[in-house]
Amino acid sequence: MTALRALGHVTLDRVQALGQATVFCLRMTRAIPAALRRSRHVVDQMHATGNRSLALILASGTAVGLVLALQLYLTLATYGTAETLGLVVNLSLVRELGPVVAALLFAGRAGTSLTAQIGLMKAGEQLLAMELMAIDPLARVLTPRFIAGIAVMPLLALLFSAVGILGAYVVAVPLLGVDAGNFWAIQQNGVDAWRDIGNGLVKSFFFGIVVTATALYQGYEARPTPEGVAAATTRGVVIASLCVLCTDFILTALMFSPR
Amino acid sequence: MTLKSTETLVGLFVLLALLALLFLALKAANLGNFEAGKTYALTAHFSNIGSLRPRAPVKSAGVRVGRVDAITFDPERFQAVVTLAIDERYRFPVDSAAKILTSGLLGEQYIGIEPGGDDLTLASGATVTQTQSAVVLENLIGQFLTGRGAESGSQP
Repeated sequence: MTALRALGHVTLDRVQALGQATVFCLRMTRAIPAALRRSRHVVDQMHATGNRSLALILASGTAVGLVLALQLYLTLATYGTAETLGLVVNLSLVRELGPVVAALLFAGRAGTSLTAQIGLMKAGEQLLAMELMAIDPLARVLTPRFIAGIAVMPLLALLFSAVGILGAYVVAVPLLGVDAGNFWAIQQNGVDAWRDIGNGLVKSFFFGIVVTATALYQGYEARPTPEGVAAATTRGVVIASLCVLCTDFILTALMFSPR
Repeated sequence: MTLKSTETLVGLFVLLALLALLFLALKAANLGNFEAGKTYALTAHFSNIGSLRPRAPVKSAGVRVGRVDAITFDPERFQAVVTLAIDERYRFPVDSAAKILTSGLLGEQYIGIEPGGDDLTLASGATVTQTQSAVVLENLIGQFLTGRGAESGSQP
């Protein structure tokens, strides 16, 4: 009987948490038009999340492109298709690695700082103070960060893919001796701007929502203690990363399944 | 940091990302090598299109002259109706033939247009009457096997 009660308790707890998170997201969504009118905050947040993540994203993108080209070359050269190196790197970056890895890095780089910021504001009772002044902290503080995260994520994913392809070019053409003309021509034949790049962009748009909303929610719901903020930051990254991977699977199944 | 410099930095970031998009679309995808818009439509009926897909290239003499716009099924003739979008600059004679070809032995399929000798050219919306369907490898193997069987049967 107690086991049954425990099961019911856990289930109800989870459902309630899910409901809270949904209400949280809906409240932020409703505050978006008002926040867009105060675009100064959004620009500030885009700088804090986007520009500050730029170095990490560019470095990782290049590294992924370099390594991918080196590894794939070994297998492709065995079967005499080293020329398709660019296409393989391009498709894997644009469709999958660009959006996903950029989102994971973004969760670690910008998501954590969002959670810690909001958590500390809550611990310092700043959010409460705003509420006492009849200012909705959700609309005033969190929503601009939400918008900035959604806007920045696709841009970072694009940069990640572009830099990765350039990295692959550096390895393939001067180092491994793949023909430069074929390197680009095969990509241009095999990559569809709408289907591949477009779907990659749609993916990273969803990842932006998932990562930013998770990070903000964890900060907003953090226990107002130093340990609570630390735990919330960790939880934010873990949950955001897992959600990105789940969302990616669903989106890939919807977008790229053979008709 | 002042507001102005923040805005400039964000602007720089967005510009950089747009350049990345431009690079991806034009240099690393198919938007650069065939501009859309200035095309006219041709249709062709095939009894088997193999694995031809929309957006596949249309080539003549190996040069890309257009792309496959849509593939539908005609329930009365039980044939595939392929709509081609051909570059406005190129006109083909009325008796031209459309063939479904394969790049390489097992590569991607595309449509090859073999120009005829007529003086009149195909107008927009016209139908290419002479077509050759895709070569289906399984059928080819089947023919080869039965051919060999008949051969060995007739000449013991």
